[in-house]
Amino acid sequence: MISQLVIKDAAIRRGGRLLFEGVSLDLAAGEACALTGPNGSGKTSLLRAVAGLVRLEAGEIGFGGVDPGDARGGAIHLQGHADGLKAAHTAREELTFWTVWGGGAEAAVREAARDLELTGLLDLEVRRLSAGQRRRLALARLVAAPRALWLLDEPLSPLDARWRDGFAAIMRRHLDGGGLIVAAMHDPLPVATRSLELTA
Amino acid sequence: MSRIGALIARETTLAWGRGGGPLVAVGFYAGVATFLPLAIGPEPERLRAIAPGAAWVALALASLLSLERMFERDYEDGALDLLALSPTPLEITCLIKCVGQWLATGAPLALAAPIAAIALGASPSLAPMIFACALMGGIAFSFMGGIGAALSLGARRGGLLTAVIVLPLFVPPVIFGGGALDAFANGLPWTSGFAFLGAYAASAVALGPLAMAAACRNALS
Repeated sequence: MISQLVIKDAAIRRGGRLLFEGVSLDLAAGEACALTGPNGSGKTSLLRAVAGLVRLEAGEIGFGGVDPGDARGGAIHLQGHADGLKAAHTAREELTFWTVWGGGAEAAVREAARDLELTGLLDLEVRRLSAGQRRRLALARLVAAPRALWLLDEPLSPLDARWRDGFAAIMRRHLDGGGLIVAAMHDPLPVATRSLELTA
Repeated sequence: MSRIGALIARETTLAWGRGGGPLVAVGFYAGVATFLPLAIGPEPERLRAIAPGAAWVALALASLLSLERMFERDYEDGALDLLALSPTPLEITCLIKCVGQWLATGAPLALAAPIAAIALGASPSLAPMIFACALMGGIAFSFMGGIGAALSLGARRGGLLTAVIVLPLFVPPVIFGGGALDAFANGLPWTSGFAFLGAYAASAVALGPLAMAAACRNALS
């Protein structure tokens, strides 16, 4: 279980261009940080660097004494632009697989589906879902498989007003349970306690 | 269900549906086997001589069919990111992907190979040997093919690139397997060719996942 995320003097270079440097963040359990900045300022790259998918040019990322390999293997959820769902599978198959893959129990699937009001959609193929429903299905796996640190890349963009509130409540519950959230946002993050602006 | 079990089930279903899965692979294989007599001429003598070798080359080509899709779908829809964020090492995940690929194409092709060879005029007594070689060769094709598929991630027209990367890696099993079949058909010692084929398949299983995982990490970063 991660209880802290520390980014120290991070710099990322992509395709020969330095996106940012000297970025630091110290996030404790129960805190959420909104990552802001113009397009191309490196929000997605920073999230992927925390997830260990992108290498840092300089600086370091620590998880409060937890080994980075363990943290990335079992304590981080990444929700990127793509939802990671297979169009030809049913919603139930996808949610069940990603729940089990994320270390959650199969029994948690039903509860997560109820939380995100997906129960009636579970037997549909993913290709039949709207963009917002698909995003809710992707977010349901965060609820079903408990992991402490959520890295969210524009999580609210396809959601309607009601679900923006709905997901805010889910994020608040995650924070109350000692979770951490870093979210790249253009709109204000409803639960943010901190913010970090990346400038190009 | 355990994490690994869930992944095996998922990968096999995905491979089964990918690019038509076994039906298309076997259909393509049957097509190539039918084309040969049309191009070479229908004389049974000539066909019988080339039957095992032709069946073997067609097998290598049919194995190429759905390779490009092996990692590409997961890469495009973001699933590869999520597969990487797991206590299961990416190497094991790649290994399981190859097993799924083999179950969906290699194994059905191994069943089709003796039939095609016999249809071309090979002696039915060769069938078990052809089946064994195709089964073993299919493992090598899946794992070596996986390396090509992972290396061409993110490239435009990745399928062509995959074929160009992979064909040289298919040369040793084609030589060893074809040689073993030929020797077996002519009553010569065939075990060394067969053993080399097995050794190549074993090293593909051992080293392939390392290369695939490295290529995937590189594509994701």
